[in-house]
Amino acid sequence: MLIVFLCIIGVAAFEDNINPPSGLQAIDPTKVVTTPPFDKPGLRKLPDGSYEAYYVAQVFSFNPPVLKVPAGSKVTFYVTSPDVVHGFLVTHTDINMMAVPGWVNTQTHVFRSRGTYLLICHEYCGIGHQNMSATIEVQ
Amino acid sequence: MGIAVTGVQAHAQVVRENKVVLAHIYTSTAAIVLGAVFGVIQGFSRASVIGVPPWFDYYRILTLHGVLMALVFTTFFITGLALFATYRAIPRERSMLMGWLGWAVMVLGTAMAAVNILAGKATVLYTFYAPLKASPWFYIGATILVLGTWIVGAEVLSNLLWFRRMNPGTPVPLIVFGAGATFLMWFIATLGVVVEMYYLIPWAFGWTSGINVMLTRMLFWYFGHPLVYFWIMGAYIVWYNVIPTRYGGNVFSDGLTRLTFILLLLLSTPVGIHHQFMEPYIATKWKMLHTLTTYGVAIPSFITAFAIFASFELAARARGKRGFIETVKSFPWNDPTFSGAAYGMMLFILGGFGGLINASYSMDTVVHNTVWIVGHFHVTVGGPVALTFLGAAYWMVPKLTGRTLWRPDLAVIQTKIWFYGMLFMSISMHWAGLMGAPRRTAEVGYLGAQTANQWQPLMVIAAAGGFFLFVSIIMFAVIAIGTALRNEKFEDMTVQFAQTAPGAEPTPALLQHLFRWGAVAIALAVLAYIGPLYDIFQHPGYLAPGMKTW
Repeated sequence: MLIVFLCIIGVAAFEDNINPPSGLQAIDPTKVVTTPPFDKPGLRKLPDGSYEAYYVAQVFSFNPPVLKVPAGSKVTFYVTSPDVVHGFLVTHTDINMMAVPGWVNTQTHVFRSRGTYLLICHEYCGIGHQNMSATIEVQ
Repeated sequence: MGIAVTGVQAHAQVVRENKVVLAHIYTSTAAIVLGAVFGVIQGFSRASVIGVPPWFDYYRILTLHGVLMALVFTTFFITGLALFATYRAIPRERSMLMGWLGWAVMVLGTAMAAVNILAGKATVLYTFYAPLKASPWFYIGATILVLGTWIVGAEVLSNLLWFRRMNPGTPVPLIVFGAGATFLMWFIATLGVVVEMYYLIPWAFGWTSGINVMLTRMLFWYFGHPLVYFWIMGAYIVWYNVIPTRYGGNVFSDGLTRLTFILLLLLSTPVGIHHQFMEPYIATKWKMLHTLTTYGVAIPSFITAFAIFASFELAARARGKRGFIETVKSFPWNDPTFSGAAYGMMLFILGGFGGLINASYSMDTVVHNTVWIVGHFHVTVGGPVALTFLGAAYWMVPKLTGRTLWRPDLAVIQTKIWFYGMLFMSISMHWAGLMGAPRRTAEVGYLGAQTANQWQPLMVIAAAGGFFLFVSIIMFAVIAIGTALRNEKFEDMTVQFAQTAPGAEPTPALLQHLFRWGAVAIALAVLAYIGPLYDIFQHPGYLAPGMKTW
């Protein structure tokens, strides 16, 4: 049974490239606000038609607070933190990352269905942690 | 390997030993009672069932609950259990210094940490992730607590070595082998958190300007996962060595039991990165490696499930019982020590499979840091571990005080209520987690967001489960006080640990070399962590000054 499970995970990882988010890019947290592209967080369209979304997770909010994405688009999220460790979870998707100061984490998702998705911080970051959320509107 | 105490050992010596063990067990049970009070308040306030006064600080209470349950209740119970097992299985003239010193140091550390948490100077939860910066005295207190456990561990291992010296060629008593493996593993694992403290303490004092966040996280989880195996090994010590005596059964196999503890010693530590799957700056190859090792550490639990149920069945067959229902009915369900462990085993079936999901690399994206995880560790540490320990307390305390347990019938009901409470709470947490509800938030309202509205009813069920647990622990406290207040001495203080069936095969020598396996365990821990730690030291990156965000 263990071997069957491992084979499934292994095939998913090596054949379909389904891996946990493991961003390897470093960033100076004290200069997040002046480091492009995090100086202007938000959505960016790439020439191939897919999107990149840059997020700053900070006590106790996400920037941008609202993201508007066309339905069916493939979005690669990039997130970093200028202060403490935050979480980055988009409900009803497989977007689930840790935002650690000093590093940029990244994950890709295709938004197939329309609706409002809730983005929440899921790592305790301080007294206002339960209010740290944003929305992603897929139209 | 049961050794009758009276007659072999001077009575005064036993009385001295019992006092030390009682100090550990009473401290542990006080922690779970207090922790459960905080827990029920949290459950209700998170579900928004009760309004809380403005001065109520959810995260401070959550920190206390986590520290009391995960670090204080479990640790003091295991140190008490290991000392009890060692003292009774290896009767000899001995000094009580190490047992008392260990207890006093652990209490000092706990008190320092608790005072700082209560004062609001360490609202960092029990994981104390940098750059959240607590008072240095909180970190020092936690370190002192760990150092206290080392003293107890040294006492257990030195008795084990003494036994070997005095009885060449005789296997170490099975229960002491288990306790020794538990503490060897604990020494290897706690090194991680002590090294983490070596970085955190000077930083919290302001003597160093910044801290490597990823390094502290990796060191924490190097310790954090074996911590859960420390609890499980404590429960396994009871399951293998005590529970069979409650139904007239035997240890299924001495060799298989030792193999289980050796596998846990080997594989508890090199698995910690499965808590860090969603983090940047840890390469996917290390994450995959730790997935494999975590699957490996499931094997001793499968062996245990097999061995315990085999022991159940053999005992029932010896009494002429046949078939599943007759077998199950034939067990002493009116014995709280048995019912606690048995209900705990049922919960562990849920906990074990949930654990495999969490460890499954990419699948962890579905559940990481959701309230599923909270459901998972409540159905493990709060299920098999807590129920086994509460049940074991019902057996140990009468053996230590000579006072018969007060109202064992109530004690059985107590374990049953705990079981159902945990089942309700944990299943609703798992469910809400799959729907995306986060862990560690004071509330889950998110300004009336539609998604969040679906989580709320599940949080109410979880709170109701938490209320069952609260009622259960109050019953436990009442039974404990009732037992302590008894004046009549009834209980036979002779302790028998479970033995293998007569005529069992001798255990292979390979499974008796505890310290050699300890060396292999160190090698495995080094192999699993040398790569990821090398990466972190290669690019230390940013050093965080730290902040207080509460």
